[in-house]
Amino acid sequence: MSATTTMRTLPGPAKNQAVSRALGRRRYRMNRLVKVLCVAATVLGILLLASILLTLVWRGAAGLSVSVFTQSTRPPGSNGGLLNAIVGTLIQTGIGTLVGTPIGLMVGTYLAEYGRNSAMANAVRFVSDVLLSAPSILIGLFIYQLCVEPFGGFSGIAGCLALAVIVIPIVVRTTEDMLQLIAPSLREAAVALGAPKWKVIVLICYRAAKDGIVTGILLAVARIAGETAPLLFTSLGNLNWSISLAQPMASLPVTIYQYAGSAFEDWVQLAWVGALLITVGVLATNILARVALRGRRAS
Amino acid sequence: MKTAITALAIGLAGFGIARAETQITGAGSTFAAPIYSKWGDASSAATGIKLNYQAIGSGAGINQINNRTVDFGASDMPVAADQLAAHKLMQFPTVIGGVDIIVNLPDVKPNELKLTGELLADIYLGKITKWNDPKLVEMNHGIKLPNLAIAPVYRADGSGTTFVYTDYLSMVSPDWKSKVGSSTSVKWAAGTGAKGSDGVSGTVHNIKGGIGYVESAYAEMNHLTTTQLQNKAGKFVTPTMDSYKAAAASADWSKVQNFAIDLNDQPGDNSWPIESATFVLLPTDPKDPSQSAAVKKFFDWGFAHGNDIAVQLLYIPLPEAVQNAVRAVWQKEVPGTM
Amino acid sequence: MQQSAVLSAQTSRRSYHVGDAVFAALARGSGAFVLVLLGSLILTLFWGGLPAFRQFGPGFIASTDWDPVQQVFGAAVSIYGTLVTSVLALAFAVPVAFGIAFYLTELAPAWLRRPVGTAIELLAAVPSIIYGMWGFFVIVPIMSQYIQPFVIDSLDGIPVLEDLFAGPPFGTGIFTASIILAIMVVPFIAATMRDVFETVPPVYKESAYGVGCTTWEVMRSIVLPYTRVSVVGGIMLGLGRALGETMAVTFVIGNTDRIATSLFGPGNTIASIVALEFPESPAGSLKLSSLLALGFILFVISFIVLAISRLLLKPRLKV
Repeated sequence: MSATTTMRTLPGPAKNQAVSRALGRRRYRMNRLVKVLCVAATVLGILLLASILLTLVWRGAAGLSVSVFTQSTRPPGSNGGLLNAIVGTLIQTGIGTLVGTPIGLMVGTYLAEYGRNSAMANAVRFVSDVLLSAPSILIGLFIYQLCVEPFGGFSGIAGCLALAVIVIPIVVRTTEDMLQLIAPSLREAAVALGAPKWKVIVLICYRAAKDGIVTGILLAVARIAGETAPLLFTSLGNLNWSISLAQPMASLPVTIYQYAGSAFEDWVQLAWVGALLITVGVLATNILARVALRGRRAS
Repeated sequence: MKTAITALAIGLAGFGIARAETQITGAGSTFAAPIYSKWGDASSAATGIKLNYQAIGSGAGINQINNRTVDFGASDMPVAADQLAAHKLMQFPTVIGGVDIIVNLPDVKPNELKLTGELLADIYLGKITKWNDPKLVEMNHGIKLPNLAIAPVYRADGSGTTFVYTDYLSMVSPDWKSKVGSSTSVKWAAGTGAKGSDGVSGTVHNIKGGIGYVESAYAEMNHLTTTQLQNKAGKFVTPTMDSYKAAAASADWSKVQNFAIDLNDQPGDNSWPIESATFVLLPTDPKDPSQSAAVKKFFDWGFAHGNDIAVQLLYIPLPEAVQNAVRAVWQKEVPGTM
Repeated sequence: MQQSAVLSAQTSRRSYHVGDAVFAALARGSGAFVLVLLGSLILTLFWGGLPAFRQFGPGFIASTDWDPVQQVFGAAVSIYGTLVTSVLALAFAVPVAFGIAFYLTELAPAWLRRPVGTAIELLAAVPSIIYGMWGFFVIVPIMSQYIQPFVIDSLDGIPVLEDLFAGPPFGTGIFTASIILAIMVVPFIAATMRDVFETVPPVYKESAYGVGCTTWEVMRSIVLPYTRVSVVGGIMLGLGRALGETMAVTFVIGNTDRIATSLFGPGNTIASIVALEFPESPAGSLKLSSLLALGFILFVISFIVLAISRLLLKPRLKV
């Protein structure tokens, strides 16, 4: 009320400056700290990747030879290779992705464009998230009950289906997220020009979200290429050369899993070679896709 | 792409038919995997049979043959007679092998440490927790045992080797028998699990004070530190081909049904106490008798020509009398002419 | 002129309807298919697990027994392992992933962004069985020979922590499994966070910078609130992966059917126990039924986790 009280309740310029300077220093230091931590986190991530790759190369490169690519798996001491496993993985991953991606894409489109917040769309979204959390091994069990037991035999196609089921929710989530992030103005412009809804989605939205969607598909491929558990109960594995989808089919992860715990040095060595091959294959696919994307974008 | 694959598949299938090759699938025991694979490789030229054997563990192998998803199952654990009848299976042994105990103790050389079955049971029950426990020291006067915690390691996956080991422990320790029992997978009271023989030996290798059990072929091949064991006769034996042979030699096959012999804790001064035959299960009502015939032909080759391979891989071949008895049972119970 | 215009308008309207109808049907059909897929999955698990539930009753969830010889099974050990490893893994992973995403979007110089981003995404590309093998052959020895003895010795004497980190240095165990899981999950979360941070309209950030905010304050007050939904979505993705991870965990968790009081002790997760014991469980047996029941329980846990996250996000979900 008096003049002095007013002076005290409203800090004068000098006090204000000191406070703001102190606050500024604190904010600056906080900013600095966070930056350092973030760099540390990134360096940690890169070091871990380096460690994994180095281990694979150190252990696996020693076993690399032409026979790995030309010979099928054979008993210990018989100079076997991994040909059937490599081909089996390629086939199963390919068909699994081919089957799962369109379904996932359509579901993601449904969620982002048609259902949006309706009861059914919320249910589908939730269900897709649950499928995403489903341990791949339970999906293997499910396909085993559906495709293996009734038909009395393991088969490559059962393995492909198990992988497809894993692909679907991953693609759904990324497709929906990417489609949702597209600015409404893009869609509005297309509709204003008279495009039907499906053209807006296919020609405009998919194109705009392409990078994110492709990244999602690639993450899905990378995931299923290394999946072991679902294949254990579905395609079992095959020590001989076989590309028949109706017969058990070999795959790299299953072969690695079996060889890694075995009693024989050449089998364990082959496990490391297989591990190296599958990692290189998956990483190369990743890099290739990014390069292709970049080229597309430039042109 | 698909047409190319189909064409290739048809071509290869045709090629297969042209060569009149039969493919047989088997699954189960990791213990026997090396010998079956080697036999498969060596015999395919002579018999025209290609073997696809998946070493997924004895328990899984039994499961697969019960479901008839493979042509034969392989198990280190003999299946009970009532189970065999219920699932319409017959079983026969193929080879015999031993199980070794491995340890990781600094300054202890291979085959230097002495252990007994009871001590092993107490260790795995968690009753003996330190290496310098008086009971262990008493047995090993010449060795300086450190004040180190014992880290028992066991097979986490359903394994016939586990069955053989726990069966032995049940025989020598009533406490073990009542508390844990024996099977391909049991409720372990102490220690940690590892996947596969590689997992067990790797884990033991990592922990100072670790102890584990692995197939003898594996221990030999990887030069692991094995221990002596006291056998039924009270003598301490080292795990060598001779002690495995001694245990197998004293087996009385006439006393058992379905060849379900138990080779653990055999009498004899030189017998290795932890040993087992490994079995194959065949359906007595196969969907396809020609497949059963092929399996019989394969193992017949193994009995006739595969003994050297077995010895090379540190297995003990069956006595000839037993092999002939097996052939007789094939004739009687399994349809399909060889 | 007028006639053809009307005709062309009519034909285009017809194809407009057909194209849209077909596409809409496809989209809705696939949505329904996903519902059916999950429904049949849950049904298979529940149906298969029913004998175990009937035999052991609700006590199945709390029972720590897992005795194949006595045919007594309980879920508590696996549930405990699953929850503890996943939560610990997230606790390690989220800060690291956030740090990486923040670095990639705000702090890194432009020429460094692509290579580092690629490196992190490559970490996500590594298959899970590789993590298992690497974890077992590289991390476990380091844990058992250096880190675990060090922690055990230094925490000796401190009341609560001492028991939390006790026991022989197996190297394998819940703590190691959590670390491997965290490493596996970091790139997943980081990639999603980064993609999502990049969608913030630059004008928001520029306005904040204009007022004098530091980089961290822009992130904290502008970017995070704007992208909160997707960030939590990314974290949920990571949690989902951690809960269901089988191969990497199986190699390093020690596969023991007991609840250990120490984080260095061995344990089991639902996924690892199913992987190890399903192949050897006879069809129709109580053990198989118990495993299917465990699978069902795992589904229920994921269900609960997701429901909670959605509840938390409801106010903001429309964004």
